[in-house]
Amino acid sequence: MSSLDRKLLRDLWRLRGQVLAIALVVASGAALLIMALTTIEALEETTDAYYERYRFAEVFAQTKRAPESMTRDIAALPGIQIAETRIVEYATLDLPDFDEPATAQLVSLPEHGPPLLNALVLRAGRLAEPGRPDEAVMSEPFAKAHGLEPGDSITAVLRGRERQLQIVGIALSPEFIYTLPPGGVMPDDRRFGVLWMGREALAAAFDLNESFNNVTLTLMRGTNGREVVERLDALLAPYGGTGAYTRDEQLSNWFLQNEIAQQKNMAGLMPTIFLAVAAFLTNMVMARLIATERREIGLLKAFGYGNWAVGWHYVKMVAAIGGIGVVLGAGLGAWLGHWNTELYATVYHFPFLLYRPSPTSFLLASSISLGAALAGSLLTVRSAVTLPPAAAMQPPSPPTYHRSWFSRTAAAERLDEPSRMIVRRLLRWPFRAFLASTGLAMSVAVLVMALQWIDAIDYLVESFFIHGQRQDATVAFNDVKTATTIQDFGHLPGVLAVEPFRSVSARLENGHLSEREAIQGIPADATLSPIHDSDLGRIPMPPGGLVLSSKLAELLNVGVGDPVRVEILEGRRPRLSLPVVRIFETYIGKPAYMEMSALNRLMGDGRVVNGLHLAIDPAARAQLLSEIKDVPSVSAILFRRAAIDKFYETMGETMYIFVGFFIAFATTLSVGVAYNAIRIALSERARELATLRVLGFSRWEISYILLGEIGLLTWLAMPLGCLVGFTLAWYLSSAFGTELFRVPLVVTDATYGKAVLIALVSTIACAAFVRRRLDHLDLIAVLKTRE
Amino acid sequence: MGAVAVQALRGVDLDLYEGDLVVLLGPSGSGKSTLLNILGGLDVPTEGSVLFRDQDLRQGGERRLNRYRRENVGFVFQFYNLIPSLTARENVALVTEIAHDPMPPEEALTLVGLGERLDHFPAQLSGGEQQRVAIARAIAKRPALLLCDEPTGALDSQTGILVLEAILRVNQELGTTTALITHNAVIADVADRVLHFGDGRIVETRVNETRRDPKDLAW
Repeated sequence: MSSLDRKLLRDLWRLRGQVLAIALVVASGAALLIMALTTIEALEETTDAYYERYRFAEVFAQTKRAPESMTRDIAALPGIQIAETRIVEYATLDLPDFDEPATAQLVSLPEHGPPLLNALVLRAGRLAEPGRPDEAVMSEPFAKAHGLEPGDSITAVLRGRERQLQIVGIALSPEFIYTLPPGGVMPDDRRFGVLWMGREALAAAFDLNESFNNVTLTLMRGTNGREVVERLDALLAPYGGTGAYTRDEQLSNWFLQNEIAQQKNMAGLMPTIFLAVAAFLTNMVMARLIATERREIGLLKAFGYGNWAVGWHYVKMVAAIGGIGVVLGAGLGAWLGHWNTELYATVYHFPFLLYRPSPTSFLLASSISLGAALAGSLLTVRSAVTLPPAAAMQPPSPPTYHRSWFSRTAAAERLDEPSRMIVRRLLRWPFRAFLASTGLAMSVAVLVMALQWIDAIDYLVESFFIHGQRQDATVAFNDVKTATTIQDFGHLPGVLAVEPFRSVSARLENGHLSEREAIQGIPADATLSPIHDSDLGRIPMPPGGLVLSSKLAELLNVGVGDPVRVEILEGRRPRLSLPVVRIFETYIGKPAYMEMSALNRLMGDGRVVNGLHLAIDPAARAQLLSEIKDVPSVSAILFRRAAIDKFYETMGETMYIFVGFFIAFATTLSVGVAYNAIRIALSERARELATLRVLGFSRWEISYILLGEIGLLTWLAMPLGCLVGFTLAWYLSSAFGTELFRVPLVVTDATYGKAVLIALVSTIACAAFVRRRLDHLDLIAVLKTRE
Repeated sequence: MGAVAVQALRGVDLDLYEGDLVVLLGPSGSGKSTLLNILGGLDVPTEGSVLFRDQDLRQGGERRLNRYRRENVGFVFQFYNLIPSLTARENVALVTEIAHDPMPPEEALTLVGLGERLDHFPAQLSGGEQQRVAIARAIAKRPALLLCDEPTGALDSQTGILVLEAILRVNQELGTTTALITHNAVIADVADRVLHFGDGRIVETRVNETRRDPKDLAW
């Protein structure tokens, strides 16, 4: 080993505290990047493999009822590879372990052999056998949630008829990686599941002999899905087609792709913050190291070491610090990536998980992280390279101070000298102070951003579920019911109030813009589930047109007064032009509303409803539930309380873990900045502070001079951090908004308080740790040595 | 390699009187700096006693020593040790702010002949001027004891004489007991007493009948 390398190792050891602090910041950035990259990779690879192996369809369409003979016409459409028809319906289930009715989506299996498309992954048992109409295969998450196994039986209500179904198999499907109960906003494996049954059994139960109501297709390579959708729509329109859609719009896939897109978003933002701070830290530490080693640099050059040898020596030092960070980050990142992917697997149900992080992710993250560290030290290393040997042998010229504008202010007049020393140093190196303060601010910002997720979710729940909805339960029917149903339900035990609604699937169009969205008809005087504007609260239902959520209005590019072409996708399928009469804000979905009786008139129906909102007396809840379980026409029941609980359960756990991680990362950031800033200040001022000790200053008085600087920087960093944190939160809330969710931008005072407190505590801990060194200053040396 | 105990001072018995000006002479390693450190409360002897106005400095620990330095001792260093971020006036104020009955910084600086350069930063002052600021800083709190470690060591003779004059003036006008370390035997002539150090002991004590004026010195 060369002498220079030995020096390098000793320097690294001597500066180990600072080296570790920077390495940890680099590691945080690298880990976040690797976590995001490997998660994306794992999700994409798993999804692709799953879709391919189990032949996930590319186009989907639902109709009311189409004759089986249509299959040939569909298959004959240009570009179709495989077309498979089936029956898809809903049923309510009565489960022994569960006092509420659960909802099942029923999907038919071919009478003979496995499905051509959307093949099942059998996890246990077998498929339903032909001629056994009471056999069913159950989706795994639902079976797990209820502890059901092949051999168990359950009671199901299919189109009003109660049936005992025997579970013969447990399965997963590429179609249901992510499931949402109808009308729900979060997955709920206890209340919603999928049952696959024989085609003939379902045809008999739903009166669809020789018919189908659902078709899925795969396409030949190079076929335009949009064109197929249009042709399919034209074919199915006479049979009550509700509009075909491609894989992009398929619910489960749509959520999955959205999640991957969000991960990509995160992959860009978070690591950038950490690596930028790491770059600044290497700059700060290397600048100080090179300043203290001036004489050594001069000596080396005098001995004949070339500029590049000297430069290379310091580059190696930075590479070593960055390298330690990258190695730590790679290990942590791989672990986090695996953990994160597995976390996804609790919500996204895959039969297998391909977490095989490729070297590319690690290589990319490593080179970006190392690159950041090296870029940060570029200028300081350059200063070592260009230092002329003769100048290097001299001590650096003392820093020149000036009486700035600040010194002449009245406030400055009143400062004591130690405080003046603190302020002068900050004003002497304002850029360095600014960067250190920014580094600390970033830590606060990351904390604000992480903690505000909790605020946002709380606010979202409060706005949507607490203020927006007042019903306790919502009952959906499998078909329209006459208005007398309202009275029927009103007489059920424990029902305090009933409010009907009518939902109609439709395609809304403006020019070339087109959105599929159900139009919700609600009474003009709705109180249980009125139109709720997230800013304004309950808003009245104006007559004579559509009330659109701002998201839908934005997607259609329409404003109040603009006409929207409406193609109703059921019943007589009228095509209408309706004006937009109001636009409102909501965080969930992109709903469209209309006054219910007006909607019924447009549909040409009398007073009909297809669902009810109920207010329930909690005391009579159990009795009511058991009665509702027996009402034949009910296809689904949603409970508001359960929805809130499920929302927190799904979002909450994950979110708290993530917030925990970000607190750890942010603390690393503030420790990295504070520790290095204080150590460097100490290294620069040890002699000055020892002099003051000789002059009779106490340890605490010199501690004030040393730590006052970081204290002032921290104090400045707090508001800056809160501001940057708010900006990050704003960015995330706008970047992460989807058609289903918009994260509200809410940062409570408590969140700012917590973020500031955490950052302060970590800075104070660093300060206390470094301060102990002031107890061991060599007072005698300062009498004798020149700086 | 084990540590080897080195006795820096052996059997030193010394009284310093109020207003005394003592010069400590001797080669490097002879123990004069150790004595100065002990007198200044930066160090305590392993054996023996150090009394300041009948109080033993060995009692009371670190805190007591710090108070002793703060209230009674003024230090002048070979390399000035001024705070670069503070002006001359502010460097002096640094000490007067924590002292009991200090003189105004301006007065201290006038005493060392720097009344005109109050608002200059150390980097804007010559070496001699910096050292005189250091002297002003040391005496502004009216210390009982002024300790100077090679105060002229880094200066040319002409500037060194200016600095010596300042020290003498303080000694005479304020009656501050002064101990001054030097390698320069010529300087010894300005003192009341000269202590020659060798091998950790005072090998010779000389009393000057008359103190020479620094102006008359040359080296």
